[in-house]
Amino acid sequence: MAEEKLVESLIYAKPESLYPVGTHYCPGCTHGVAHRLIAEVIDELGVREETIGVAPVGCAVFAYNYFNMDFAEAAHGRAPAMATGIKRVSPDKIVFTYQGDGDLASIGMAEIIHAAARGENITVIFINNANYGMTGGQMAPTTLPGQKTTSSPLGRDVEMHGFPIRVAELLSQLDGAVYVVRRSLHSVANIRKAKKAIRQAFEVQQQGLGFSMVELLSSCPINWGLPPVEALQWIEDHMLPAYPLGDYKVHPAIAKKPTR
Amino acid sequence: MQTEIIIAGFGGQGVLFAGQLLAYTALDNDLHVTWFPSYGPEMRGGTAHCTVIVSDEEIGSPIVRNPRAAVVMNLPSLDKYEPLVREGGVLVVNSSLVDRNPDRKDLSAIMIPANEVGEEIGDKRLANLVMVGALLQRLPVLTVEAVGQSLRKHIPEHRRNLLEANIEALKRGHALAAGEAVSA
Amino acid sequence: MAKELLKGNIAFAEAAIRAGCEAYFGYPITPQTEALEHMSKRMPELGRVFLQAESEVAAINMVYGAASAGVRVMTSSSSPGVSLMMEGLSYIVGSEVPVVLVDIMRGGPGLGNIAPSQGDYNQIVKGGGHGDYRPIVLAPATVQELIDLTVEAFDLAEKYRYIVVVLADGSMGQIMEPAELPPMKPVRKPEERPAWALTGAKGRDPNVITSIYIDPAVEEEFNLKLKAKQERIEANEVRYKEIALEEAEIAIVAFGTAGRVAQSAVKAAREEGIRVGLLRPISLYPYPYHRVRELASKVKAMLVVEMNGGQMVEDVRLAVEGRVPVHFYGRMGGVVPLPEEVLDEIRKVHSGLAVPA
Repeated sequence: MAEEKLVESLIYAKPESLYPVGTHYCPGCTHGVAHRLIAEVIDELGVREETIGVAPVGCAVFAYNYFNMDFAEAAHGRAPAMATGIKRVSPDKIVFTYQGDGDLASIGMAEIIHAAARGENITVIFINNANYGMTGGQMAPTTLPGQKTTSSPLGRDVEMHGFPIRVAELLSQLDGAVYVVRRSLHSVANIRKAKKAIRQAFEVQQQGLGFSMVELLSSCPINWGLPPVEALQWIEDHMLPAYPLGDYKVHPAIAKKPTR
Repeated sequence: MQTEIIIAGFGGQGVLFAGQLLAYTALDNDLHVTWFPSYGPEMRGGTAHCTVIVSDEEIGSPIVRNPRAAVVMNLPSLDKYEPLVREGGVLVVNSSLVDRNPDRKDLSAIMIPANEVGEEIGDKRLANLVMVGALLQRLPVLTVEAVGQSLRKHIPEHRRNLLEANIEALKRGHALAAGEAVSA
Repeated sequence: MAKELLKGNIAFAEAAIRAGCEAYFGYPITPQTEALEHMSKRMPELGRVFLQAESEVAAINMVYGAASAGVRVMTSSSSPGVSLMMEGLSYIVGSEVPVVLVDIMRGGPGLGNIAPSQGDYNQIVKGGGHGDYRPIVLAPATVQELIDLTVEAFDLAEKYRYIVVVLADGSMGQIMEPAELPPMKPVRKPEERPAWALTGAKGRDPNVITSIYIDPAVEEEFNLKLKAKQERIEANEVRYKEIALEEAEIAIVAFGTAGRVAQSAVKAAREEGIRVGLLRPISLYPYPYHRVRELASKVKAMLVVEMNGGQMVEDVRLAVEGRVPVHFYGRMGGVVPLPEEVLDEIRKVHSGLAVPA
């Protein structure tokens, strides 16, 4: 048998912006995907050493255990305010928040609205999984009508609890917001699109254009009571109709150059 | 030796400024001084007063129950502060807006038609300094000349055109209180 | 520098600027708004950061962020606004970042009013936010002290990586007095930010600013560290002023504006031949327990004067431990006690001394 020369070709590695550790996230949860996309973008932009992240209260409270960069852990909902404080005194740094839907759209609604309205030059990664994950699956501002959670056991009754909040649409109305889009993490194609959007959002900040946010539809298999694959299907079947994907605000100043 | 002065009136009559002017003058003459305002939610038209304490030693409380002098620019202020002025103290009343004489006989009281005098000089808003001039005639804790100098020193640039009229108001008030003939 | 006639609110804001404060985040509230207004003009002039936040909640979290980035930062507010900041204070202590807060107290509870009050003594001095801590609390009684303590607050905050509250009442914010400002100190250069600060992990391991310690044993370890820090503070940072306490039979204990009102009453009482003096605590945490205890063995009675229903009096009684009677006189609701009222109380306490037991 002729000797065959083996060529090693690295096609998959952990980004430098992530520590080589496992996470505490539940099996099948898309937080890990979101983390990786952010880390890949920061690696590609070469800004790991200039980036400061702000973690939320929620499932990602320990994000700093996974992101290999300077990090702050904010009070519940206050990440945009904390990021504002950091960015204002360190305008040359890249500052991003990573927030869930309870954190951003409920208790932190004032902070996110005003950060966007000010055109705060930060990037917000917003994980919308239609419930409060960390505390065990309670109703969130993004919980769908009729969706059962541990605090809406009969399903969200809009007569009693009102309607879900579409954050991307809401923030897109503010003049200070320059890049506001919604993507999803439920399939490979969508994950690729999500990464492009995350990169665009960070580039918007690098160019000093103003507030950028990428809303990511994410799965929460454990709290939804679904196996991981079915949970991804649930995003497609139930979340996409309620939370249409798209670019809600792309300021003309953003260069039309293609993102990788 | 400590001297307490309350200046009171409607918001907009310049009572806080009149008190600040006394405080600046005390500072410029190396005296201890505190200026303590009433401060309310309304910006205009409510009642306003301030307490100015001038002393040659460290001042404790910035407010007192019984001041040595009260400058009252309107009737509610007369009603409120006439009973509080310390025995033998000074009461300067803006007779332009007050239609009664003080009841107390143990005070050095004087009625000054401050609005009219101010109008004669050119602006009834000068009434506050007419009153201060009169006060300092009765309570020579600072001189009118010193107040004039401090006004010259501290008046904001955009108000400098009013400087001479203000100094004239101080002088006219002082002369009125001294009983000197004042030409209209 | 020469003395100027300065309003308390302007004075502490300008003092902070001269102390090298690089960022101010705040929200308007009477009776301290002039400080925010002053900052809004001066900070941009100097190329520093001023931002009016959407709420006190946001303001304190912006402060938290800027402090995490290693700059001198402050906010100021008044009672209802400070209540909203309590969450942030707790996180700031839990993350060990240095922050200065000036609280110009007003009447409460609730919306209360805008008049001077010391009703938030317990809230601020005993902790305020959740968790096991007490802020360093400094209580000025004159505009000059307000300036000096604001400057010192920045140094103490950095020395201990801690929250320092300058606690004054509305009259301290509104009063004008001659006072001298310190010379201008430049802000810290970016490369001089502390090693623990979030400045980007260039050539070093990442820094993390957090207050979460999920393992109770680790949290307790952190609590013990905080406690040790507080013990150092208690050993080193007690401040008070004494007036006419020599040969005194009666000691008044009063802080801030109540202290200077009491000072006038002491003077009047001394003129009547009553041997009374004043202890004016300047650091409310750490509290001068030791000095109060010493006084309790020298005087026959104590009188605590406050602009509240009786809050610091509990600390005086803790120190006195029943050795002498501790009387209390307080005014509430934004009413400032008059020297004459305090003099009446001194007379009452004094006449009580004459009665044989």
